[in-house]
Amino acid sequence: MDHSGTTPIDPRVLEAMMPFLTEKFANPSSIYTEGREVRAALDTARLQTAKAIGAAPEEITFTSGGTESDNLGIKGIALGRKEKGGHIITTTIEHHAVTHTVDYLGENGFDVSFLPVNKYGQVELETLEKEIRDNTILISLAYGNNEIGTIQDMKDIVKLAHEKNALVHTDAVQAVAKIPIDVKDLGVDLLSLSGHKIYGPKGIGALYARKGLKLAPVQHGGGHEKNLRSGTENVAGLIGLGKAMEIGKAGLTTEIPRVKAMRDRLIKGMLAELDDSYLNGHPEKRLPHNAHFRFSYIEGEALLLNLDMMGIIASTGSACSSKSLKASHVLLAIGLTPEQAHGSLRLTLGKGNTDEDVDTVLEAVPKVVKKLRAMSPLGHGGGK
Amino acid sequence: MYSEKVMDHFMNPRNVGEMKDADGVGEVGNPTCGDLMKIFIKVENGIITDIKFQTFGCGAAIATSSMITELAMGKTLDEALALTRDDVAEELDGLPPIKMHCSNLSADALRAAIKDYQNKHLNYRP
Repeated sequence: MDHSGTTPIDPRVLEAMMPFLTEKFANPSSIYTEGREVRAALDTARLQTAKAIGAAPEEITFTSGGTESDNLGIKGIALGRKEKGGHIITTTIEHHAVTHTVDYLGENGFDVSFLPVNKYGQVELETLEKEIRDNTILISLAYGNNEIGTIQDMKDIVKLAHEKNALVHTDAVQAVAKIPIDVKDLGVDLLSLSGHKIYGPKGIGALYARKGLKLAPVQHGGGHEKNLRSGTENVAGLIGLGKAMEIGKAGLTTEIPRVKAMRDRLIKGMLAELDDSYLNGHPEKRLPHNAHFRFSYIEGEALLLNLDMMGIIASTGSACSSKSLKASHVLLAIGLTPEQAHGSLRLTLGKGNTDEDVDTVLEAVPKVVKKLRAMSPLGHGGGK
Repeated sequence: MYSEKVMDHFMNPRNVGEMKDADGVGEVGNPTCGDLMKIFIKVENGIITDIKFQTFGCGAAIATSSMITELAMGKTLDEALALTRDDVAEELDGLPPIKMHCSNLSADALRAAIKDYQNKHLNYRP
């Protein structure tokens, strides 16, 4: 139940990739027949990727993953402008790939703002409107949050940003193949996506950049990807990404409703079974596969290890499980205290899960929570 | 990341619970990491005859709490006071470096419990 962490490669994706890991190894930049054949396959993958989000193929740049896409989108816009400097807005709940990129630009001559969010993890339009300045060049915010699953009102945000002549970049790594995405309908200018979150391979991703935008490359070299991202293409990877995008789009009407039904049952069952338990993130505007809980009086790492012993894989925002020993910045940003953030549990469902898994988790988690609460000096020995 | 012994003490902690009629109670916490540990002792003739713990915290915090109760049981107060964080970590076959300072608080909690006992029984002189 950690599909937001990563996913296994879909067998159909692997099948599509295999020839390019074996006999079809030619460099797509080579002009002989074998090279041209690989180039044609890349073009198909680009088209598949573009079509899945309503973009044109020439608006897609392949990268090494979500992090590089975020770097290229944000730095590319910031450094691609003729005028130096400018103001960039992001939020306090972004993935580190965005936060640290914006921080870096802040250290290098740009003005940066980190917008607070409300208790559901949503950026409020009034807050954003107040923060946009005359020199605001870019607003970067994730479509669906990777921890608590909250979905932003992206269309309204884009409308406001465009009225003020600011561009919008969105990290949609968690949202792609989970909710319908049409870049033209959303209006976003740049969008990051990743392969391994959608049953594709690791080490591949893409950046959508609306036609006409001027971006500076982050990686210089032989001029691949229209000089935006030099380096011989990860051929098998991007063939896999194309296939995964196609399958993911089709799954929005078949697989996702199945996942959402399981997720809804999980949330309902958990909150009914355990008192002093809460759902983090927005109750409705949330990614369909994400359930994020908070249980009082216990700590997440202890919870995770117990679940691991029972064969259940999950994730937490507790400080104790992080290398920095700091609680998740997302949980603190939605107003939780470090102690409250301690007792958090993220369950993200996907293709690997069945109704029986939901039953197992609904039995296991309350059992472990009650066991840990019985040990806790903060009280509450029983649970409901 | 955790040794087998840590996992054993974490999954099957010894001497868990509250002691209503404890002779000494020690509570320590680390606000950075957020662990909170409470140790209860019963003392007869200068010897720890019963010990219990309650802990809010990670796997290491729970395992070190469980271990200190085993180490301290039956010891004289002087012997128990001599127990260190390193003794606890060593008995557990080691702890991840990051957990050595934040979650390895049980020796401190035990010491606090003994001090509490000594304060209540002022005639005791070590």
